[in-house]
Amino acid sequence: MSGLTTKTIAQLRDGFRGGEFSAREIAASFNSAVEAGRALNAWTVETPELALAAADQADMARVAGGLKTLSGIPLGIKDLFCTEGVASTTGSNILRGFKPPYESTVSGKLKAAGAGMLGKLNMDEFAMGSSNETSAYGPVISPWKRNDGGNVSLTPGGSSGGSAAAVAAGMAPGATGTDTGGSIRQPAAFVGISGIKPTYGRLSRWGIVAFASSLDQAGPMAKSVRDCAILLENMAGFDPKDATSLDLPVPQWEAGLSSDLKGKRVGIPKEYRIDGVPDEINALWDQGINWLRDAGAEIVEISLPHTKYALPTYYIIAPAEASSNLARYDGVRYGLREMGVKSLDDMYAATRDTGFGAEVKRRIMIGTYVLSAGYYDAYFTKAQKVRTLIKRDFTVAFENCDLILTPTAPSAAFGLGEKMSDPLAMYLNDVFAVPASLAGLPAMSVPGGLDKQGLPLGLHLIGRELDEQGVLNAGLAIEERAGFTARAEKWW
Amino acid sequence: MSVNEQQVRHVAKLARLALSDAEIDKMVPELNNILGWVEQLGEVDTAGVEPLTAVIDLKLRLRDDVVTDGDVRDKVLLNAPDAQHGFFAVPKVIE
Repeated sequence: MSGLTTKTIAQLRDGFRGGEFSAREIAASFNSAVEAGRALNAWTVETPELALAAADQADMARVAGGLKTLSGIPLGIKDLFCTEGVASTTGSNILRGFKPPYESTVSGKLKAAGAGMLGKLNMDEFAMGSSNETSAYGPVISPWKRNDGGNVSLTPGGSSGGSAAAVAAGMAPGATGTDTGGSIRQPAAFVGISGIKPTYGRLSRWGIVAFASSLDQAGPMAKSVRDCAILLENMAGFDPKDATSLDLPVPQWEAGLSSDLKGKRVGIPKEYRIDGVPDEINALWDQGINWLRDAGAEIVEISLPHTKYALPTYYIIAPAEASSNLARYDGVRYGLREMGVKSLDDMYAATRDTGFGAEVKRRIMIGTYVLSAGYYDAYFTKAQKVRTLIKRDFTVAFENCDLILTPTAPSAAFGLGEKMSDPLAMYLNDVFAVPASLAGLPAMSVPGGLDKQGLPLGLHLIGRELDEQGVLNAGLAIEERAGFTARAEKWW
Repeated sequence: MSVNEQQVRHVAKLARLALSDAEIDKMVPELNNILGWVEQLGEVDTAGVEPLTAVIDLKLRLRDDVVTDGDVRDKVLLNAPDAQHGFFAVPKVIE
């Protein structure tokens, strides 16, 4: 049943329930696709037996009763999520071989909802990167190619690049991602799928390897807006094990989907028209404005005056939190230990030098520096003050609008190696994604169209705190009008 | 502000990273490039602005002071590079 791998989660769920195919057929189809797609390097671990075991349970439940919301659906899980008994290495050598004896809350919720696991998805090391090239397992290769007849390998984006490539290549109907400063949205845009980062606190961070704790949020990546709503509903919810988890009921986002935007005001921030962005990106943005107007929304110009300071603010705060979070990798309790040194202190330093890659070390160094005595106020406190202003920009803007529309990324997918030599050029990938992260707001990327090179471009919606429904609905309005059906031509 | 080689070595020591000389040489200009770029935050008037401490309005919860988990020593030690007698083992620190 090879046709199964092109279906959405909603189609698979409904077809399985209607008896068109079995859960085992679904799992087997995706297991085969995973095996056939190894050239993309999207997976760090394959777990076909776990996908089949969950499928068999679903098939039994279909007969005996007790179907769950995600029964019959196999998923890919980003390697940042701790999964019980299955290696969870966050793309890093320092955690090579680490098999958690516990399950992250979010992946545990998906399993409890009946979902199977196809495997663990490759990613930038500790989610630090925008191209998947910082992974200790090597870069994920996008299923997409430019239409120029060349054969350049493109990035699927990052850090959730494995998740993006797996969904775009039909190796998984959906996947988990995490987003600290764009790591769900930029890769979703690069491969022509949808992905949503919910409000900070909606999803538990427990059992997700920490990068920057005030920014990290998990979220789903899938082929359609409806699929994102389905997955998000099964991932969200209060968790006493996460101190910043919101104790709120989980809305029924799928049932609440509506692409009728009458009465909604959509803000267009003038500061997001920045130099050096290709005309095609701005043209798609204008097209997006027309689509939302067509869906009944009123378009208003807004101002987010501190936008240009969001990236430098992020690149103080995120490394600072990372340097603190990554202090736990000391070669004592888990992961790599480098021996052949004299003292305990030398063991820490040697272990960390061997285990971490270049980008992670760079960020630990920046973070340690901006938190160090004498520099803390000048860098870290200053950045947190600017963050207050960035958040205030959104609060003021949302007095005049309900949603904000921008492009997702300032370019289409680029070639592997093109930006690795210049960290700052790489950081600019997230120029449109980072402000919403700093403010903790829900934000989503949906595919809008293809550029001249035949590569997907995404549109980005930002909502008020806790208004995932508004974001999803506007995403649906774009999805219905964009008619984006392009898929990467299979070469792998 | 910019950093020199000596400062980078000091930060590496604080971060417990045994960077090689080659890594240090590479790191100095890279860090200065990034620090020079974030310096633009100096343009922003933040007089009277409180630093952000919580991204969402959240009251920290209190819970009863009771044991809620534990008794999982073997699980805790499961991934240790060296575990002995129910403890994490490390190189000798006292002669």
